Amino acid sequence: MIQLPVLRWGQPYTSMDVDEVTHFATGEPIAKVSRANGGLIQRDMRKAPQARAALQKLSIDELVTIAGRAGELYMTATLPMGDGTQTPEEFVRAQSASTGMPENMCRANMKKNAFVLAEMRNILRSLTRRLDFSVLSDGWGMEEGVPVSYQAQSPVLGLVLPSNTAGVHTLWLPVIPLQVGLVLKPGPQEPWTPFRMAAAFFQAGIPREAISIYPGAGDVGAAVLDACDRNLIFGGTPTVDRYKGDPRVQAHGPGFSKILLGDDQADQWEKYLDMMVESVFISGGRGCINASGIWASRHTREIADAIAKRLGPVRPLPHDHPEASLAAFTVPGVAEAVSKAIDADLAQPGVTDVTAKYREGSRLVQDGRADYLLPTVVHCASPDAAIAKKEYMFPFVTVVECPEAKMVEAIGPTLVGTAVTCNPAFRRRLIDATHIDRLNLGPVPTTKLNWLQPHEGNLIDFLFRARAFQTADL
Amino acid sequence: MPAPTAVTAVASDAAVKAAREALDAHVREIVHWHFSPETGTPFWLDFAKTLGWDPRTEIHTYADLRRFPEFQDEWLRGGPVQRWMPKGMAGQPVYVFETGGTTGIPKSRIAFNDFRTDYELFSDTLPEEHFPKGSNWLMLGPSGPRRLRLAVEHLAQYRGGISFCVDLDPRWVIKLIKKGWTEHLDAYKDHVIDQAVTILSAGHDIRCMFTTPKLLEALALRLEKDGTTIRKAGIMGIFGGGTEFTPQWNRFAHEELLDGAFLAPTYGNTLMGLAASAPTGPFNNYKITYYAPQPRAVVEVVDFDDPSTLVPYGETGRVKLTTLTREFFVPGFLERDEGEREQPFEKYPWDGASGVRPYRGFASSTTVGVY
Repeated sequence: MIQLPVLRWGQPYTSMDVDEVTHFATGEPIAKVSRANGGLIQRDMRKAPQARAALQKLSIDELVTIAGRAGELYMTATLPMGDGTQTPEEFVRAQSASTGMPENMCRANMKKNAFVLAEMRNILRSLTRRLDFSVLSDGWGMEEGVPVSYQAQSPVLGLVLPSNTAGVHTLWLPVIPLQVGLVLKPGPQEPWTPFRMAAAFFQAGIPREAISIYPGAGDVGAAVLDACDRNLIFGGTPTVDRYKGDPRVQAHGPGFSKILLGDDQADQWEKYLDMMVESVFISGGRGCINASGIWASRHTREIADAIAKRLGPVRPLPHDHPEASLAAFTVPGVAEAVSKAIDADLAQPGVTDVTAKYREGSRLVQDGRADYLLPTVVHCASPDAAIAKKEYMFPFVTVVECPEAKMVEAIGPTLVGTAVTCNPAFRRRLIDATHIDRLNLGPVPTTKLNWLQPHEGNLIDFLFRARAFQTADL
Repeated sequence: MPAPTAVTAVASDAAVKAAREALDAHVREIVHWHFSPETGTPFWLDFAKTLGWDPRTEIHTYADLRRFPEFQDEWLRGGPVQRWMPKGMAGQPVYVFETGGTTGIPKSRIAFNDFRTDYELFSDTLPEEHFPKGSNWLMLGPSGPRRLRLAVEHLAQYRGGISFCVDLDPRWVIKLIKKGWTEHLDAYKDHVIDQAVTILSAGHDIRCMFTTPKLLEALALRLEKDGTTIRKAGIMGIFGGGTEFTPQWNRFAHEELLDGAFLAPTYGNTLMGLAASAPTGPFNNYKITYYAPQPRAVVEVVDFDDPSTLVPYGETGRVKLTTLTREFFVPGFLERDEGEREQPFEKYPWDGASGVRPYRGFASSTTVGVY
């Protein structure tokens, strides 16, 4: 069994406190992971400036090239993993085994991560609006004759990562090339990506003292957030609410991503059915960018029925099956609780589980230790239904009937909003809506990201502060 | 990490037998004291009326204490606290100490001299080279209605020193945690550590300290930030307690916080005396095993479902505490902790408990390790 250490600025540290990572279906232990403690993190953070100093010995250009090499190694090489090694296929199998994600989704996530590393130069150019990289390295520079200055707000970025979606790792990959160190607290069931990515970075030439990995429980996450001046955390709505307004923490929570059909396009809804199904269903419906709501002023029952007809018959398949499309819930009782919560909401008037007639048996499928929830499409006759604002970690969508005039106000916070409309006034209102983060005008699946654009806040703005800067000859 | 090696010799059968006989004799004396109309405790005298049997004639050994029903911690809440005062102690100055109390009525116990006796006995376990007699002490931890401040102060005085005290109010800390006021929590922690650093820098020649793992960690990190260490600040020996004393934390403290200062882990609370630890360090993978100050207190590790049954050695169970002093009699109090049952060893020829941590039945609903 693989033993994963704490990584303290690149140096392995075997803790006496160990957590087991187990196979979601069999319960067999597949790794033993050292658990960090809060004081250890606080002590290590005294050396955080050294992480940035080590990276600053390399230019951003060089780091971008190294990141590309790391991406290739991540995809193809046998890399160190704790006290052993791991091939890419072994990585996929381990990640699938502990997270319950089908192997084909793990492979797809690997490709996403590798793509971001390969495209790092273009991504950084886009995120910085083509700022000369030397401005970030030196802290200042000249742009069209005007001094510009960007000041790093922390030598390291702390990350409290989730277990349930491997897609989030793309968000922190640009950090190292920006000469900022990484302090990673992996999700308890997904230590694999942080360790493999760190190994790829090291092998590609990133200084070991630039990366720390602190596995552990909630207290370790709290210690990371406490110790770093800039952090990303992933969690539910309570997590997001807790850190709202804290400039040190960018909290990523549920996406509540939605598709809005304008009145001018609603009658042609069938043209957009594939786009809607993809938005709801791809990646097992687990991502914050998966659509959890489809809003239109009419034809909502037909839309719900058409999506339900497609998704209703979907069943769980073995996690190594190439067609497997549903991820297992690995925490006992969660799937059952979610299903019961949905049933409770379905008791409200005007709310219908449209998938019920297309699936055999219960929404909840229990297969040994693994629980699955089958795709669920719910029709809401009004946006006032409580379930219209819900999001769950499986293919779940509400199709909500709502007049176009009320739609922008009624949808609430929306990470990705795909608006299918040619109505200039509606488009204008959508562009101005500050509660929509990523806006797609036209039939773009909510899950189709343009990697050259910022996601939930520009990482550059979070890590660096643009400030006034002047010089005079001495 | 190397495999643990035993450094503590297992107690001989004769030593175990002698300790057991001493305990049995002590039980008879204490039961007789608390259940006699002349010297007894009102609570126990009333309780005896409900038993239908006389503890003075039927309790002969420690094992006989199982005849008492499970001790309910609710019995310790509320007044009048005088019901716990043995008639035999009448007229003597009395203290009341509290435990818990974040919400609702705290548990309380009376004490006359027990805390002094307990800490004098504990004093005998402290190695002179790390806790030199005549040294001044820093008591960095909860005081207020708790026993600790008086007890540590007495320990310092008993050893010929003076105790300086920095207070921490754990009830306020728990409220801050529950409210999620982390900024206030950090500010309060800084406030406490500021005072400790000030006292250590004030030329009082403080060489010994009581503190808790969390505060020790915070103090060591602050001193490190200031370019010094616990040891360089003058501290030679520290004793502390709490379920945060895991082997990993113990190792972390030894390797990264103490800079050579000696650390003596202890286990105890207001209800009992102080259980000292067998020697711990790299030689035994920093395992901490506590031994109660028998015969004044007994710690057992019992079956989770049947508290009258001891678990086999090495197995996990709930910690059960019995207090047996003339001031206070508590038979079979189920602690909020669990751990592993350990063999008697030569210095303490009776059962010990290792790996003490919050009882799994309460762990999720209890805020622990707050100070």
